[in-house]
Amino acid sequence: MFAYYLELALRSLMRNRALTALMVLAIALGIGASMTTLTVLHVLSGDPLPERSNTLYYPQVDPRDSAGHDSDKEPMEQVSWTDGKNLLQAKRANRQALMTGGTVAVQPTQSALDPFYEDARFTTADFFPMFGVLFQYGHGWNAADDDSSARLVVISSALNDKLFGGKDSTGQMLRLEGTALRIVGVLGDWRPNPHFYDLNVTNYAESEGVYMPLSTSQDLQLVHDGSVDCWGNGGAGQRPDHSGTCVWLQFWVQLDNPAQAAVYKEFLVHYSQEQKALGRFQRPPNVRLRNLMGWLDYNMVVPGDVRLQVWLAFGFLLVCLVNTVGLMLAKFMRRAGELGVRRALGASRRALFGQLLVEAGVIGLSGGIGGLLLAFLGLWLVRQQPTSYAALAHLDPWMLLTTFLLALGASLLAGLLPAWRACQITPALQLKSN
Amino acid sequence: MALHPILAALRKHKSGVVLISMQIALTLAIVCNAIFIIGQRIDRVNRLTGLDEGNLFLVTQQWVGAPSGDDPAGVEKLDSMQKEDLVALRTLPDVASVASINSLPLLNSSSNGEISLKPGATESKGNTRTTFYFGDEQMLSTLGLRLIAGRAFNTGDIQHHSFRDQTEPSIVIVTKPIADKLFPQGSAVGKVMYLDGGTTPTTIIGVVERLQVPGSGSWTNNFAYNATLEPTRIDHNYARYVVRAKPGRLEAAMRAIPPTLYKVNPLRVLDDDSVKSFADIRASAYRADIGMAILMGVVCLILLGVTAAGIVGLTSFWVGQRHRQIGVRRALGARKIDILHYFQIENLMIAGIGAVIGVLLALGLNAWLMQHFEMDRIPLAYVLVGLVALVILGQVAVFVPARRASNVSPVEATRAA
Repeated sequence: MFAYYLELALRSLMRNRALTALMVLAIALGIGASMTTLTVLHVLSGDPLPERSNTLYYPQVDPRDSAGHDSDKEPMEQVSWTDGKNLLQAKRANRQALMTGGTVAVQPTQSALDPFYEDARFTTADFFPMFGVLFQYGHGWNAADDDSSARLVVISSALNDKLFGGKDSTGQMLRLEGTALRIVGVLGDWRPNPHFYDLNVTNYAESEGVYMPLSTSQDLQLVHDGSVDCWGNGGAGQRPDHSGTCVWLQFWVQLDNPAQAAVYKEFLVHYSQEQKALGRFQRPPNVRLRNLMGWLDYNMVVPGDVRLQVWLAFGFLLVCLVNTVGLMLAKFMRRAGELGVRRALGASRRALFGQLLVEAGVIGLSGGIGGLLLAFLGLWLVRQQPTSYAALAHLDPWMLLTTFLLALGASLLAGLLPAWRACQITPALQLKSN
Repeated sequence: MALHPILAALRKHKSGVVLISMQIALTLAIVCNAIFIIGQRIDRVNRLTGLDEGNLFLVTQQWVGAPSGDDPAGVEKLDSMQKEDLVALRTLPDVASVASINSLPLLNSSSNGEISLKPGATESKGNTRTTFYFGDEQMLSTLGLRLIAGRAFNTGDIQHHSFRDQTEPSIVIVTKPIADKLFPQGSAVGKVMYLDGGTTPTTIIGVVERLQVPGSGSWTNNFAYNATLEPTRIDHNYARYVVRAKPGRLEAAMRAIPPTLYKVNPLRVLDDDSVKSFADIRASAYRADIGMAILMGVVCLILLGVTAAGIVGLTSFWVGQRHRQIGVRRALGARKIDILHYFQIENLMIAGIGAVIGVLLALGLNAWLMQHFEMDRIPLAYVLVGLVALVILGQVAVFVPARRASNVSPVEATRAA
């Protein structure tokens, strides 16, 4: 029966080619636009570390003076050197890392390469085990290296390819800003998206090439890169970075269950009270402990334009669907005569309804395939854009399936009303009027 | 022509009429808002920076193994390195002038703060937000800023200090919006103010007409032209130089920069982005806005196309369906033009209803967008123009099928359907 309906559907579609093309094209355009924007949104709002994200937390405290104090204000988005050090040394979480970004000038020993800039991450040792960083060669460093400001670095596989042709470079020296540092590890394919641990530097698609102990970077007075937010008389003095009235570091902790998180939040409140008693903090304790996804939400890391584009695309799809419903309705009603004959010959309403839905389904499927091709084209166009997330815009199997279901569902939905209306025809009346 | 027969006929096609007017309404709502967004983006992109942008480019470079600038000797060493570079660049044949500078409009790297008329005012309420530009005596002339009061900096005014040293300057130049806000009556030149809640007085010596802040994001919207210029060379292990090339010599001047700087001191990093024309800086600052505007434009065109095609398709069906009735009317004496008008008026009514609903939808959508995105209230003019445009679109779309209807011969009346 299905084969017969399919044949009828194809024959009917071939009869009005221009109209069929218009319906298929409208669905294809709507689906293509929706899938392109939805895929970009899906990529951008993804979980950077799916296995770990629910155990990673970003503590915030409020070390500012009382000037401009407003009780419902959010605490500061980073920590100062003093607070970072204090929280790190308190070791109240299972793992904790204090970090910031930087830019270093790399001086290759090969004469063929000019010195170049590389983004760097200055961090304490737990960064690697806490974030589950994958290593191609070697390993990270340990707390003793942090304490001794060891002259060592971990480099990304991209930098390893550039400098050492992808060979195991552990044990070799890397010259940065006139200082030689020993390479202890080369990262594997580790590039979390978004760049959750420091959203000030970059949001997507880029990761640092050089990782070194925070203490070493301070010893070498390397250039800090990222946001610095000061209050009060911040910025005065020769080393304001360490003096305490500027925040410029990120502090992450690993807490394995909500109970631990609750205890840690208590600790942050106690810490704030203690600092207030010492006279360092002036505001009442104002702390936050967001987990990784909560932190990304709070920072609205997905660009507003991307969300706007998704809504625009779905509005577009809606218009295309309404358009298709209108055309299908007109078309099915036009065939009242033919349908009347089929009813008179004994076809049940249900059979007729099925037949018309098959016709709608064929349009939807063709529209879906067309939409998929358009989505591939759309994503290719997105990848040509110079945005930081461009390279990530690919259709994964999950989105592929969504596209097909969306197309089929949309066109069946579009076919429902016209098919139902067409089935209400009284056969006798139709036959008579002819 | 009496409207009654048209209304009676429409009642027979209720779902079709509802669908097509719904489509028109949705199209109007989306297109109005999209065009409004395009307009907003174009306004943003067309904002003036205050610079004379042609022939202007920026050099960003970093020394390798330079002193840190944390001690006075290091600061002096860095300053002499910077001065060496400036001298070398100023002697180039294709270069008109060069200034040391910390940032430029649209560069998104900024140092911002607040101005107050009272010393030690740390409460941000009542203070004026500003961005700070640090540069030397050639800054104004190189940028091409228009001085409207007071004087420019001269060589004797220029201080130098490290990046982290926040000593307040004794003299500054401000932009007109700051001067007007702080001193609504009379001239700002010679007046005293306090920077960043400090207690050291700073005197305004000049006012420039316009200079945009480096940030191009929406967070700068409420102080987009509040800039304060300090007569200070910032000494750090990286430095920026803004260069004005002689007319027509931009490319040659840009090409000459890296070899010249390497000759002065080879221990530095210059990469592909180190020498960048202001046109490139502008393009990359507004790339996302232009991309969004183009996307919105394409979507609008396709939407209007789909809606027009939908009207053509549906009207064609109705014409086909009513062949016999048209024939009867023609046989009873209706002229071709009457048939044409019939379909045109029918479409006018459907499109009119759709467009009126669409106006409400457009305003609703705008209110929703204002809640969730950075949007302003849409001016009514946009919506009304959209209404007229869609009604015209309907008339254009209906013309071909209506003409075909008017060509139906009266003989049709006698034929069986």
